[in-house]
Amino acid sequence: MKKPDIIVKLAVRNVRLHFLRSVLAALGIVIGVVAIASMGMMGTNMTLSVTAELSEMANVLVVSPDSGGGGGGMPGMGSSSSSDDDDEYISESQLKDIQRAAGSNFMYYLYSETEDISIGSDDGRATIYGMAEEDMPEVLTVDEGSYPKTTSSVLIGPTLAEKYDLVPGNRIKIGDEDEGSQQTVRVVGILEEKGMSMDINSDNAIIATEKWFTGTFGGEGEYPQVNILLDDVNDADAVTEAIEDQLNRKEDEVQVQDSSRMLETVTDTVSTLTTFVMGIAGVSLLVAAVSIFNVMMMSVSERTRENGILRSIGTRRRELIKMFVYEAAILGVVGAIIGGILSMIIGYFVVLIMIGTTDYFFYPASLVYVPAAMAIGIIICVLSGVYPAWHSAQLDPVEALQAD
Amino acid sequence: MEKKPVIELDGVSKIYRLPAGDVIALDNISLKIQEGEFVAIMGPSGSGKSTLLNQVGCLDVPTSGTLRLAGADVGEMSDDELTDLRRDTIGYIFQKFNLIPLLTAYENVEYPYILKYREYDTTDRVHNLLEMVGISRSHATHTPSELSGGQQQRVAIARALVNEPKILLCDEPTGNLDTKTGEQIMGILEDLNNKGRTVIMVTHDPTTAEHADRTITIRDGCIV
Repeated sequence: MKKPDIIVKLAVRNVRLHFLRSVLAALGIVIGVVAIASMGMMGTNMTLSVTAELSEMANVLVVSPDSGGGGGGMPGMGSSSSSDDDDEYISESQLKDIQRAAGSNFMYYLYSETEDISIGSDDGRATIYGMAEEDMPEVLTVDEGSYPKTTSSVLIGPTLAEKYDLVPGNRIKIGDEDEGSQQTVRVVGILEEKGMSMDINSDNAIIATEKWFTGTFGGEGEYPQVNILLDDVNDADAVTEAIEDQLNRKEDEVQVQDSSRMLETVTDTVSTLTTFVMGIAGVSLLVAAVSIFNVMMMSVSERTRENGILRSIGTRRRELIKMFVYEAAILGVVGAIIGGILSMIIGYFVVLIMIGTTDYFFYPASLVYVPAAMAIGIIICVLSGVYPAWHSAQLDPVEALQAD
Repeated sequence: MEKKPVIELDGVSKIYRLPAGDVIALDNISLKIQEGEFVAIMGPSGSGKSTLLNQVGCLDVPTSGTLRLAGADVGEMSDDELTDLRRDTIGYIFQKFNLIPLLTAYENVEYPYILKYREYDTTDRVHNLLEMVGISRSHATHTPSELSGGQQQRVAIARALVNEPKILLCDEPTGNLDTKTGEQIMGILEDLNNKGRTVIMVTHDPTTAEHADRTITIRDGCIV
């Protein structure tokens, strides 16, 4: 059939006849679709951007000596204990085993201490890391200045630099002046902000060369912490297993901490929030459904006589039902299309304002909410047209013809 | 000559059960109408003549008794079968014309055709029918509200004829028309009857009833 079905034609004309009413009914669907789609997109974008931010730190495995039960929190999160009581360390041979288990993933070791420092007349305390010079460019990014080339040159974190107004070239005295063990280092570079991380918290720290560190604090070849930067976060379990296999077969020598768990928790929390917000948005679709239902019921009772005519000249019940369902579907489809277009625009701005970035807006996981919300809108619209349609078909044609 | 009746009512009763008591609209009516007859049904308001027409037109089913249309027992039919019977065997002409306001005159006539054949008319049948009842092609594109009463009734007649029904049922076809237009409409109906179509007409106007071959008078649900 070239021309559209006569029942569809009637439905279209009925919708057009009560244009304003149809527009208002469809508007409900538009709002519902926009609400669900933009909330869904916002949630996804939030998850994606948080995941991206976190996965930078989530690709880290931290290997620390097993302290025998308990487990002393997160190493590298700052203040480790002072040098003399620390007899737990990863030995040179264990380090080799870890390197073997890590495979192609980048591994580096880290010494750390907390010491008194003084800059000019200011005194304070800071975490001091010691690491191999060749590892620094792999782990840290210098914002200003350069990487250390001599033993007594150091990098400092941006927070520390700001606190003491430090620029490359300044000097820092480390150690207790009264004990006479004070050492002077020269700042050669200021690091980029790194944020919270499992392996190394460099923002508020001094990063010294391994040589200087072991020269000052001792403990060469006794590594309190070894970090592995994974190329792929999904390798975390495999590498962890390999390390455990190498070192912990007889007794627990080391413990491995995997930061991807934390990422999972955060992602779960965000998606729970998203579902909740979408639930609220869903209420607006429910309201739209009630309004469609109301419009359809009005339409049915207004057209009682017309339905009587249609029935009396040979329109079957099913055809009459179809006509009303089509009408609801037209409202739903038109509403959903407008809603879909609007939710792309509104969603974009919601994401821009709430998340601050639209980097992830055009990801399939984000855009999928538009067709999904449109489908939900159409389904709800059709469903709320079913009862009025059925009701219209149950009318007695004789009675319907007598109605005005 | 004993022809098989196209319409046969045998002890048909229609009772409306209301809370205030039963209303007997039709009381044990038996009636035979032969093919090609022009029958007028007369009677005062509330006599049951419209109810009778509704039974014959399959808009309603009798409470008791049997009604046969073209040999088939209406009482045993499903709603869809009754609907198809209305579509294919019966043509309706109402006092209030009852055209579908959303459709043009042409589409109104075509509508039952589409319901029956599931396709649009390509045989020019609709145009020919409209021409026959005196509706020009330019008028055919108008919706019912843009047409006069007489024109609407002509369109309604064309619509009633589109599926070649055996029976034409007319409920006060001239009731809403002036005398002159009414006469023209009656002329068309008489013409159709002369061409062999069975016409049953409800009216309370004796002048209109004169066009019929036979007049049945109903009072209080009974034929008198």
